[in-house]
Amino acid sequence: MKAGDLGELALRNLREALLRSSLTTLGVAVGVASLVAWLSLGIGLQALATKRLSNSGLFDTVIVTQRRNPQSMRRPPGESSPAKNARLLDEDAKQELERLPNVVEVYSQVRFPTEVRFDGNPYSTIVAGIPASARGNGSFDGIQGGFFSGPNADEAILQIEFAKDLSTQPSNLIGKDLVVRYAERQALSPQVGGSPRDNNAGADPGGFSIVPREMKLRIVGIIETEPAAGFGGFGSGRLLIPLEVASSLRAAQVNDLRDAVRASNGKPVYASLTVRAKSASLVQGIETAIKNMGFGTFSLQDATKSLEVFFSIFDMLLFIFGSLALAVATLGIINTLVMAILERRREIGILKALGAADRDIKHLFFVEASVMGFFGGVLGVGFGWLVGRAVTLGINVYLKRQSLPSTDVFSVPWWLVLLAIVLAVLVSLAAGLYPASRAAKLNPVEALRYE
Amino acid sequence: MTTGDGMAVRADRVSRHYEMGAAVIRAVDDVTLDVGAGEFVALLGSSGSGKSTLLNLMAGLDRPTGGAIFANGRNLSELSSLELARYRSHTVGMVFQSFNLLPRMTLEENVELPLRLAEVDRAERGGRVQEALERVRLEKRLTHRPSELSGGEQQRAALARALVNRPTLLFADEPTGNLDSATGESIMLLLKEIQQKLGMTIVMVTHERPLAERFADRIAALADGKLLTSGVKS
Repeated sequence: MKAGDLGELALRNLREALLRSSLTTLGVAVGVASLVAWLSLGIGLQALATKRLSNSGLFDTVIVTQRRNPQSMRRPPGESSPAKNARLLDEDAKQELERLPNVVEVYSQVRFPTEVRFDGNPYSTIVAGIPASARGNGSFDGIQGGFFSGPNADEAILQIEFAKDLSTQPSNLIGKDLVVRYAERQALSPQVGGSPRDNNAGADPGGFSIVPREMKLRIVGIIETEPAAGFGGFGSGRLLIPLEVASSLRAAQVNDLRDAVRASNGKPVYASLTVRAKSASLVQGIETAIKNMGFGTFSLQDATKSLEVFFSIFDMLLFIFGSLALAVATLGIINTLVMAILERRREIGILKALGAADRDIKHLFFVEASVMGFFGGVLGVGFGWLVGRAVTLGINVYLKRQSLPSTDVFSVPWWLVLLAIVLAVLVSLAAGLYPASRAAKLNPVEALRYE
Repeated sequence: MTTGDGMAVRADRVSRHYEMGAAVIRAVDDVTLDVGAGEFVALLGSSGSGKSTLLNLMAGLDRPTGGAIFANGRNLSELSSLELARYRSHTVGMVFQSFNLLPRMTLEENVELPLRLAEVDRAERGGRVQEALERVRLEKRLTHRPSELSGGEQQRAALARALVNRPTLLFADEPTGNLDSATGESIMLLLKEIQQKLGMTIVMVTHERPLAERFADRIAALADGKLLTSGVKS
């Protein structure tokens, strides 16, 4: 029988037992909805985690350091030597890093301890410089107030815990001024340092002295979490200021003492540089290229891979869990088709007497099963999406009550829609195997006798 | 189409035995019967004589447990399931005592069904259905469902369905069994007309000797699965 005729007859048969077919289709829809809801939860959570981590700057960043000879730490004094191929992390190296493909920006880390004066009280904290590009990468989503008005603005963004130290009503801090006290490095002349080297910007080849300075900053924003907390970037800064401003302060940093005694051929040398990639997936290639340049690198690529493995297993478990309902729906399809054989036994006999081959009968039942599967799949995707929306709504109501930003924990990508429908049809076809085979094997003479 | 010697169907020492536990039911037992092309043969016998079983074997609905059925020049026992289905579709038309029309289909759809199964082009089907229904004078009842027709009309519709694929063999199993005598006679007249106009070979099962004697060219009488007489019209 031709496909068109098979389809017409199958649809007619399903219409004849409309209630039963509808209930079976609904069963498939519930199964698919369960599958879609669970998987979309897994995908949504993965997307959420990836987005948050990506926005944090942890995964699209490579920290570049000067390569050191690890054995030099264990050698006797005077015998230590630089690592083979070790290069200085100087301005030339920075420019070379900037020219690497897929690199968005390269900047040095500026982080220094300060004493903040606010409302007549002193508070110790760490100041961190933030590049202007951080504004667009989502790190500051959910910020109270706003980002810096410009790269050279004397403005500050406070981390919420630090803001709470300053005031019991952190949001009232926005627009107020505070004073930052820091230690400025002032270069000594070569004569004072005892070494006849040039005094280049960014380095103090002749040594440096420390001069206390003050700077007034206006609080423009409060952020819930530190961007890139605990890793490279802005570190554990609780008072964030524009990177350009932080650099111009020439504030003494933790590693200045080490740099003061390190030989650098008179060129400015960075303790480390942060290289930001276009996306997290490009980090590995960039990291390899930087290593080939002779620098040490550090990134969280391994952590990203672990996260991917975790979510793959998580999604698999959700798939299995969600499939249970679909498995139950499969039994419904088998039941419906077996009942159809009993009811249509005589009809099958007539069809065979009129020339239907066993395969025609088998195909007819397969088409009926797949039609139920298809419509069940389409309905199920819709139901699953609705469940996701409803749960998201509920979660966001809860988050709002907890004064937390809203989020979308469900994601139904197009491939999941396609997968769910194809799976529903395949499962229905599998469910139709036994009934279809049984119907095809019916003896026409016995079937015609059936009342 | 014939077996090559002018015979439309030949049953050669055909048996159909059923095993019911330890007992063996010999529904058809060592029957040999030749049906000539264009011949109208009546299989006559009482209930349980094996006439319907023999008809089903010749129609390719069942397979013999012994002997052979030759039709279309081929031994039906040797045909695959698919080939047997094609034989039923293209060579055979069947009419049953209880009409066996599909109640949820209209008359037009019922008659069209064998054309669907034979994969006849959609464009050709309308004309074939119309032609078959005109032959049984039901061309004005296209959209009616079987339940809206009388018994006689239903049997005529079943006859149209049996003829729509233009078969060479028509097998009728008690075609008048569910009809009153007048309607039954009209069906028999129709069968006779079809045999004469189309040159079709007809094998009809009946237990009504008068009908068989009046319309069939030859009578084959069966009892207890065995062929008693063949070719006698008393």
